[in-house]
Amino acid sequence: MSLAVFYGGAGAVVFCIALHGLIARPSLLRKLMALNIMSSGVFLVFIGLARRTVPSDPVPHAMVLTGIVVAVSAMAYALMLLRRLHAQGGLNEEGGFARDSGESRG
Amino acid sequence: MAETAESHRVSVLAGAGAGGLGALLIGALFDLPAHAGLTAQVASRLTESGVAHPVTAVLLNFRGYDTLLEIAVLLLGVAGVQALAGPQAPTLAPLPRDELLDALARILVPALAVLALYLLWHGAYGPGGAFQAGAVLGAAGVLLRLADPRDWREDQGPGPAVRAALAAGLLVFAAVAALAPAAGSPLLTYPAGHAKEFILLIEATLTLSIAATLVMLFLGPSRVRGEAPP
Repeated sequence: MSLAVFYGGAGAVVFCIALHGLIARPSLLRKLMALNIMSSGVFLVFIGLARRTVPSDPVPHAMVLTGIVVAVSAMAYALMLLRRLHAQGGLNEEGGFARDSGESRG
Repeated sequence: MAETAESHRVSVLAGAGAGGLGALLIGALFDLPAHAGLTAQVASRLTESGVAHPVTAVLLNFRGYDTLLEIAVLLLGVAGVQALAGPQAPTLAPLPRDELLDALARILVPALAVLALYLLWHGAYGPGGAFQAGAVLGAAGVLLRLADPRDWREDQGPGPAVRAALAAGLLVFAAVAALAPAAGSPLLTYPAGHAKEFILLIEATLTLSIAATLVMLFLGPSRVRGEAPP
């Protein structure tokens, strides 16, 4: 098993663990964190596969750099949406969507 | 953790599904067809790209279009966060005065600024460049904001200088990208022999823009100017 396959496999394992967390955890914040960790797993797969050649393939590295920046932007926006939802009473005690929230727009 | 029987069943099913997907992915990794990658193609054109580091050359020259769109995504993220501004409490409650934080900020912020400049310049020769320098400068900005003695409840939001900094990266990059079609070549072709200067110009404005974006993302939506505090 080469280094590329090992790290790629580790990335796939991280992705699947976070996928389970995304589905199984009721809290919206936990789901957001799971999405973030899924993106980390994808990045690890990219970087692992870039190591199939020596020296490393620079194109997956550049793609991962772009991906990290886009993931940061998306996470920040999602967290602000979650915060706004919480301020308007849209979350239940577990942190998931409240079916009967007080206001639907504001 | 799993309180009800239904959520426990969902958890077990999700675990089985995720486990199956993981096994499929790892199996696929073992069966990948051998491919030499793009290292050779990048290395053969590296000298005319304007920088000496292959990753920076890919980011800012060969795949410069992706970087241009990425900066637009960053700006969209800030615009989205600012669009959520309203008459609500600011994201961070004012911190109590802390001498340790003051001393730390006084030492770290200049060091981080110098480190950011070094990373920006070093991107041409090794790992570094606009994004890394922008992240370090953004960290310095966040630290500076945390140690700010003014009360954040009176914060009026980003002023014109900050807004200019947020937009400068995308504007400069788009302007350089539009130079080439005006002369007839494909989009984002740097003028021959001057690629290094243009890359440095783009990276410098990108660093400023990314640092401002990261600080604004961290601070969250500020109160719209003119609205009364709650």
